[in-house]
Amino acid sequence: MIKSRYPAFPYIVFMAIFIVVPLIMVAYFAFTTGSGEFTLQNIIRVADYVPVIIKSLFLAFVATAICLALGYPFAYIMGKKTSNIRKTMFMLIMLPMWMNFLLRTYSWMTILENNGLLNRFFGLFGIGPFEMINTQGAIVLGMVYDYLPFMIVPLYTVMMKMDQSLVHAAQDLGANPLQVFINVTLPQTVQGIKTGITMVFVPAVSTFVISRMLGGGSELMVGDLIEMQFGSNNYNPNLGSAISFVLMIIVLICMSMMSQFDSENIEKEGRITI
Amino acid sequence: MENNAIISLKDIVVEFDGESVLRRINLDIRNHEFVTLLGPSGCGKTTTLRIIGGFVNPKSGDVFFDGKRINELPPYKREVNTVFQKYALFPNLNVYENIAFGLRLKKVPDAEIKERVFEMLDLVNMRGYERRDVNLLSGGQQQRVAIARALINKPQVLLLDEPLGALDLKLRKEMQIELKKIQRETKITFIYVTHDQEEALTMSDTVVVMRAGQIQQIGTPIDIYNEPINAFVADFIGESNIIDGVMKKDYLVNFAGRDFDCVDFGFAENENVDVVIRPEDIKISEPEKGQITGTVESIIFKGVHYEIVVSAEGFNWKIHSTLYEEPGRKVGLSVIPDDIHIMHKMAEEEK
Repeated sequence: MIKSRYPAFPYIVFMAIFIVVPLIMVAYFAFTTGSGEFTLQNIIRVADYVPVIIKSLFLAFVATAICLALGYPFAYIMGKKTSNIRKTMFMLIMLPMWMNFLLRTYSWMTILENNGLLNRFFGLFGIGPFEMINTQGAIVLGMVYDYLPFMIVPLYTVMMKMDQSLVHAAQDLGANPLQVFINVTLPQTVQGIKTGITMVFVPAVSTFVISRMLGGGSELMVGDLIEMQFGSNNYNPNLGSAISFVLMIIVLICMSMMSQFDSENIEKEGRITI
Repeated sequence: MENNAIISLKDIVVEFDGESVLRRINLDIRNHEFVTLLGPSGCGKTTTLRIIGGFVNPKSGDVFFDGKRINELPPYKREVNTVFQKYALFPNLNVYENIAFGLRLKKVPDAEIKERVFEMLDLVNMRGYERRDVNLLSGGQQQRVAIARALINKPQVLLLDEPLGALDLKLRKEMQIELKKIQRETKITFIYVTHDQEEALTMSDTVVVMRAGQIQQIGTPIDIYNEPINAFVADFIGESNIIDGVMKKDYLVNFAGRDFDCVDFGFAENENVDVVIRPEDIKISEPEKGQITGTVESIIFKGVHYEIVVSAEGFNWKIHSTLYEEPGRKVGLSVIPDDIHIMHKMAEEEK
């Protein structure tokens, strides 16, 4: 453990300039008018957009849940494989991430469009065309596709560190596969689940690229809303900051609720759950 | 199969990646016994234990528990419990809940769990630690919790995989005595894996010496020590001088350039044999009084005795003696017929 405070100094300066100061600025803009006087008007106006915020939270929640449902078994299986297969699986997950984010999302447009690849394929069998693009489903699909690696990587990391002897100990003491999972695997991987959820949920809730491209103009999300406030024709940084500020608070509440939830379950005094 | 065998292994073969780990192991373990599997690393002793625990499936051969074949039975359905080498305590549970784990799974009522956990805490001398965080316990304490956690389920057989390996010498000795006491009190069959021959001799009713996936010898500690079946066992159990010799006829063996009377018989005439002599059985005397003469090469103080190396007849003899001998001095060595152990040479491939 480095006791000296000096090595941390540059990072503290960096964090102050690039994290704390911008946050203060966001707060300042949120609570002032264009001419710099204090006001709550911006925050009050956010109330008009509550449905959009709720929809964003909902879509991000669904996407996160799907990522977890897909990513957890994948990471679990990956952790059990030999190192060569594991590396291949890891590459397959990481490979799409090396391509540009916009490009990846754009390619889903060509797949999902009304006369896109999927509908043409369905057309061969005389079914469809289905309305796939510009739906909430398309947005969730885009989020899952784009953010799944952020779920898998932290899960995979904890799976790799998992102590296999604990699994054997639990089996030895009479735990069937389900009981082993609940009492040993899950507690050991809870940190990865938490990180994965945060890494997927936070960017998903504020994305505007995915909703713009796959949701068309019709499915507005809070990210789009914020982005619009900084666009050229109706420039309103104060309202934009206010929406950002409220969103940040909501995300913070969500995250703290989550950490509350697992620390209650995995408390030292806690009994095992069967 | 013997009637009172609680566990029987029949022709067990195990291979990992084409490499044979166990080659036709046959072993009967009697109920209420303290059995030790002893051997150097890689001899297959832990694998044998894991076969019994159900964590390794044999390529061929059968495992019997109380007369029933249990090859396909998964670990959680077996009436055996294991104390793991690295303890494997659940880090998210405290001492009490670690010990209660097995009973909780069986949905035993809380009141009974409490009673039995405290019974176990008393047995392993850990009363007062029930609320402690297992991560903050010392190695010896963790070991006691691991033993209590396994014993609370009242298994018929307890498997112990080098449980004292991580403890310091003094603590290890204490735990050896305690484990033996627990075994006597509970009457549970203990199957204990170790590479420490002294530990095996101290605690066991029966010692099973293993080497390269095969059983070399099964016997009581006294038998194994006094009547090792071959040079490997002799060398592994305690220290030994192992010399090439030729069996002239019954009761007469030639080694170190002369004939010695001995008590062994039944070898072929002029058969090449291994002659094993324990270091404490060689007596040092004035040169003219010894059967052979040599020069003291080195002497090391070992506490109870000195370890003296004497070079004589082209061999370095290891001798334990309580008397000091000056290096460079000429000495005589002698050994009585009872202390000369003759063994068949091990086949070349076994070496």
